[in-house]
Amino acid sequence: MILIFKKARWSPYTVGTGIGLLSWVTFALMNKALGVSTTMVRAAGAVESLVSEAHVESNSYFAKYLGTLAEPNPVFEWQFALVVMLVVGAFCASLLSATRIHEDVPNLWQCRFGPSKWLRFTGAFLAGVVVIFGARLAGGCTSGHGISGGLQLAVSSWIFFLCLFVSGVVTAWLLYGKGGRDHV
Amino acid sequence: MFETFFANPSTILMGGVTGFLFGFLLQKGGVTRYSVIVGQFLLKDFTVLKIMLTAIVVGSVGIYGMRSLGLDIDLHVKTTALLGNALGGLIFGVGMAALGYCPGTAVAAIGEGSRHAIPGVLGMLVGAGLYAEAYPWIKINILSIGNFGKATLPSLTGISAWWFILALLVLAMGSFYLIARLEQKDT
Repeated sequence: MILIFKKARWSPYTVGTGIGLLSWVTFALMNKALGVSTTMVRAAGAVESLVSEAHVESNSYFAKYLGTLAEPNPVFEWQFALVVMLVVGAFCASLLSATRIHEDVPNLWQCRFGPSKWLRFTGAFLAGVVVIFGARLAGGCTSGHGISGGLQLAVSSWIFFLCLFVSGVVTAWLLYGKGGRDHV
Repeated sequence: MFETFFANPSTILMGGVTGFLFGFLLQKGGVTRYSVIVGQFLLKDFTVLKIMLTAIVVGSVGIYGMRSLGLDIDLHVKTTALLGNALGGLIFGVGMAALGYCPGTAVAAIGEGSRHAIPGVLGMLVGAGLYAEAYPWIKINILSIGNFGKATLPSLTGISAWWFILALLVLAMGSFYLIARLEQKDT
């Protein structure tokens, strides 16, 4: 049994089945759907409220999730705990198979944009801004829309999934071209 | 806003256990790696699609199965706002291909040791703040267009969910077959 956990990679079908079964549990026992990106809103609101609570409270989007000063909703709730423990889960999984990495610049990126750590960090930061802006505009990310919404046959999620896939393919080809395939 | 910073302990525990298992699975699946995510968009490595389609098929059978058996399972469907969903997806795809992660896999990638995922997640916090500032305008001008509420394919068409799940199964099997052939040709 322990051997399975020491294996570096599992079949994608096994992993997909695992995530599917996990969603049965969250729907049936927790009345929740897997998701990640709303937590970024709660976290951003919590950080901003350290500077100005009034500003956060007056924003209708933050208020939707965090409530008001009179009736606050918890910041650190179900999904926030999920997101924090994602780090620990992946850490333990990679520790068990001894496949932990210390990656500043991925190979593929390095082949195209050079070894500069700061260029990659800046690129990742800007891409992170774009990812969440898109996720919140659409109403969810690959977890909340892609998996949870997809399996509920939600119209919004299937539109999101198709659009993200098309634009991801176009972007990756613009960034890396055909030559990039040799470095994957 | 901080009087009740934490939800009750059992809620946090359930979320935490879910996150641990989810993160464990993502790492074992290899999707915490930059090259796997970008490899999917370069149509070279189909791991992402295999995992997502399998999760969706297994998940849908379970959720709709339990509902058909009469269990009291709530759906958590996100609002259909055609322009917002489509535009958001297009923007998300650009960011995901450049970052090499989606929000969940970026956070998990930090656990595996991808340090460059850390500025990615910091960028996400900034992106969330920017979206909150833009929200009042977006709500009026974008989210109001093509709004069908919390629509699912069965609720919109009146066709049983099981026909869609069957179609999904056929689509997944067909995709897996084509991918396997493509992978054989590549090696």
